[in-house]
Amino acid sequence: MTAQRLPNGGRIDRASTLRLSFDGKQILAHPGDSLASALLAGGHMLVGRSFKYHRPRGLFAAGAEEPNALVHLRSGERGEPNTRATLAEAYDGLVARSQNAWPSLAWDLGALNQLLAPALHAGFYYKTFIGPFRGTGFWMFCERFIRKAAGMGQAEGQEDPDSYEKVNAFADVLIIGAGPAGLAAALAAGRSGARVVLVEQDSLLGGSLLATPLGESDHWLQETEGELRSLENVRILTRTTAFGAYDQGVFGLVERVWDHVPEPPPGQPRQRYWQVRAKEAVLASGAIEQPLVFGGNDKPGVMLAAAARSYLNRYAVLPGRQALVCTNNDSAYGLAFDLLRAGAAVTLLDLRQQVPQGLAGPLEAAGATVMAGHGVLAAKGRARVASAMIAPVGLDGRATGATQGLACDLIAVSGGWQPALHLWSQRQQKPVYDAAKGCFVPQGSVPGLRCVGAAAANGRLTDVLAESFAAGAAAALACGLSGDSGAPPAAPSVSLGDDWTSNVHPVGPLTKADGKPLGKAFIDLQHDVTLEDIDLAHREGYVSVEHLKRYTTTGMATDQGKLSNLNALARMAKLQGKEIGEVGTTTFRPPYTPLAIGALVGREHGLHFRPTRLTPIDAWHRENGAVMTEAGAWMRPWYYPEAGESLGQAYRREADHVRKHVGLVDVSTLGKIAVQGPDAAEFLNRVYVNGWKTLPVGRLRYGVMLREDGIVMDDGATARLGEHDYFMSTTTANAAKVLAFAEQLLQTAWTDLKVQVTSVSDAWAAFALAGPKARDLLRALAPESDLEPEALPNNHLVHGEMADVPVRIHRMSYSGELAYELYAPTGFARQLWEAIIAAGRPFNLKSYGTEAMGALRIEKGHVAGAELDGRTTLKDLGLEGFASKKKPFVGEVLRQRPALTDPARPSLVGLEIDGEQGALGGALLFAADGPTVGHGEGWVSSATYSPALGRNIALGLLREGQERLGETIRVVDFLGGTTLKAKVVSHHFVDPEGARQNA
Amino acid sequence: MLRLACPICGLRDETEFTYGGDATLVRPAMAERSSEAWYAYVFQRENPRGPHREYWHHQLGCRQWLVVERNTLTHEIGETRLAREVAELTPEVVK
Repeated sequence: MTAQRLPNGGRIDRASTLRLSFDGKQILAHPGDSLASALLAGGHMLVGRSFKYHRPRGLFAAGAEEPNALVHLRSGERGEPNTRATLAEAYDGLVARSQNAWPSLAWDLGALNQLLAPALHAGFYYKTFIGPFRGTGFWMFCERFIRKAAGMGQAEGQEDPDSYEKVNAFADVLIIGAGPAGLAAALAAGRSGARVVLVEQDSLLGGSLLATPLGESDHWLQETEGELRSLENVRILTRTTAFGAYDQGVFGLVERVWDHVPEPPPGQPRQRYWQVRAKEAVLASGAIEQPLVFGGNDKPGVMLAAAARSYLNRYAVLPGRQALVCTNNDSAYGLAFDLLRAGAAVTLLDLRQQVPQGLAGPLEAAGATVMAGHGVLAAKGRARVASAMIAPVGLDGRATGATQGLACDLIAVSGGWQPALHLWSQRQQKPVYDAAKGCFVPQGSVPGLRCVGAAAANGRLTDVLAESFAAGAAAALACGLSGDSGAPPAAPSVSLGDDWTSNVHPVGPLTKADGKPLGKAFIDLQHDVTLEDIDLAHREGYVSVEHLKRYTTTGMATDQGKLSNLNALARMAKLQGKEIGEVGTTTFRPPYTPLAIGALVGREHGLHFRPTRLTPIDAWHRENGAVMTEAGAWMRPWYYPEAGESLGQAYRREADHVRKHVGLVDVSTLGKIAVQGPDAAEFLNRVYVNGWKTLPVGRLRYGVMLREDGIVMDDGATARLGEHDYFMSTTTANAAKVLAFAEQLLQTAWTDLKVQVTSVSDAWAAFALAGPKARDLLRALAPESDLEPEALPNNHLVHGEMADVPVRIHRMSYSGELAYELYAPTGFARQLWEAIIAAGRPFNLKSYGTEAMGALRIEKGHVAGAELDGRTTLKDLGLEGFASKKKPFVGEVLRQRPALTDPARPSLVGLEIDGEQGALGGALLFAADGPTVGHGEGWVSSATYSPALGRNIALGLLREGQERLGETIRVVDFLGGTTLKAKVVSHHFVDPEGARQNA
Repeated sequence: MLRLACPICGLRDETEFTYGGDATLVRPAMAERSSEAWYAYVFQRENPRGPHREYWHHQLGCRQWLVVERNTLTHEIGETRLAREVAELTPEVVK
């Protein structure tokens, strides 16, 4: 006998039929079905193979806690592994396949693992692979086979064609869970006028009421939902899981917007990640029924009583005709009544010595057999339950009498309930064990988070409604909304036996009289952790719950122990002779249920992963054939190839051209900071190592700044534009860092300085014009300005106009050539650039990219990012001469720490590389005849081919470098496996006297 | 995620801010020559369990440096003030 669809009933739409496919077989379903209910209705008791032993597994639950029915949903690029069949809504054309079975679910060769079971115990990996074998070689060899044999589904490895999005939302009251408790809370908060967000992971509102017999609560639900939907201030999010609770009322939700159709409609996201900031929150997440531990408790046909009731009443699927119900509390009686009404034979084993007469009497009168003080010791049957071994059991779960067989095709179990406190616990809370209710309950308060209903371990529906309604009203009041909430809703009349809290008796594992289970008894179904594994871990000395969890891996599967934690803790407590509460619980962390990474990423991937910064003339570069390169967040022209040139050919030509003619480079990415105010000079004097008090208006000066710890932070030129107006430039990479540091100093320490710092990086385009013909070209462009060397020597600036664009002309050089930096408002950037290009034709002007710019600065011996690497001092970089002795500056004292003044420190040198092959940045430097060990005596920081010298050169930091000029050393690149010879020289390769730039 | 009440911009997400370190430290005066004083300021940190004062920089907002009282155990946020105002109220700041 297998499960079957009943001819009537259920909250499904029988008017239409959907065709689903599971492992290639057609499954019929109706709208309202889940994949799980459709499988069960089709008699598919076997839905998966277990993680380790490949044991046949069936549906065990009906909700998010399902441990067995993990399927691969959809296929190809939209395929998604490890999906709970219980949460997958049926739609026409749904395709799913089973996982972890080969060649097929029914004939799975992996099941041979069961023969190895004695070896696959707790700590199997540690004992097998760490102990007997040295190193990790054997493990790495075996790993690929183990990973294949044990494990979950496999990702498709294809790009997801669907889109995901993020929403930022605000709420007065966020209500998590739309069962009776959540609905009552939403009603109260909604009526008071609060902005309410009501979140439900199911497609329907109602929670546990959806599992009650048709007609009992449907009218109540309809009315309540109707009123909520009529309130404009209440937003209802179904198919939405609140997966994380964070500080200050921030919650993460994921809405499965279009997971219930084959493909999202065009332009619609598959899922939506909500970040909700709520002033108050109500946790009405319900409780999760717990399994009983006995031999074969994982066989298809064993399921939670509440799940069986949900399949029966919500989906009109009778999960078995000969039902055995085993419970330690009142809640399973409702199922027993419903099964009888549906025509099944029912035997109810009540683990309690005294059965509740108010429930047991009517049940027996209706035709069921009720046995007090009895339990199921083992489920029997090969691929599914065919019978059970039952026995009288004592208060400790041990058999006290003879075992007898009982034919059955369904074993519905209830081992009590555990409130779903995951979100509450995520707020750094530890629940406490309530022995009377047999579960962990919330204790202590989280500001702005109220637990209600079953989540607060409240059982009786009338109490739940009243208490939740009051909580909703109180939450609204806490937000300052005192509107009248009216009276709480009258409770719907549901069947007897809905209360699990008042008379529950946890008995522990159901075992033979000697305490041993009758067959393999599972604690964690999804990770295949057995009772013996817990016992073994205890014998081996694992006393901490966190250690036990990791050693046995119980509770570490994708269900995060929703069905296993309580039983594992109870067993541990028993073994240690402690109360459950003394053992403690493990820590819950987000997410509550597995989450698609795509939903978290939203649209922030590919080009949108981070902002891309473009210079104001980015389009010109691309239109004119530039090859672009990334420089931090910026895109910059790398080189402008002519007629099939490679990078190497292009940059050599460009750099050579600058030294012989004139070139133009876009340096708009430089950081630019306006430093303004009467104390601006004093501020610069403090942040730069060199002095600024004497700089006249119209002049600029190179400056170096240190970090507080004395290491070089950044360098750049600062111009004095007016009495109290300075224009600081920073390197491209450090612009944000320098500004934040300046703001920190001014706002936290130097509050007496009257200075304002403002980023003007995006306000100004900057172009560098360099080369011996630069002045001639500028004369043509700005005939009004006096550019003669006497009027505008190096490190001077002048305001001018070119092509109707106001331009600031800074005479300064990075390349070592006669050079100018031209600053213009961003909006005029392209106009100016094109005017320069046009005027430059008679002067043979060419644009050049960052590669040539780098080659020129290395030839000149200027430091850049590779040298300002956060480890180097002024002295290391040959910049010691800039440090003023007349005034204090940031980093001055700590730069004199012994380690930073050690004369043996690597210092900046030039390297002339022998031969055709250039060095690579990061190559290590070794003495010509010393040993090649360790990190060497220094490293190459920047390298290039120098057109001016006709050879490969590099900058590097070499131990006692300045003492070793003339020495030949080795440049070793361990990655490429090459060794080059190089001569140590001054890092000023080209024009060390500065005759060219001062021309 | 934390939410911080910027005195200029109001209650904003943590993602707009950059953590700026211990706000109980007082930067030595520029004229301070003792390396111990600078060493303590740059490197020495308490790691308190409970209430703490921290700098947060509203980098993606008004660019103000704030002094935020945060409980390192519970993440509870107490008073949030402009660092400039706190510094001006702190007598031991040697200008």
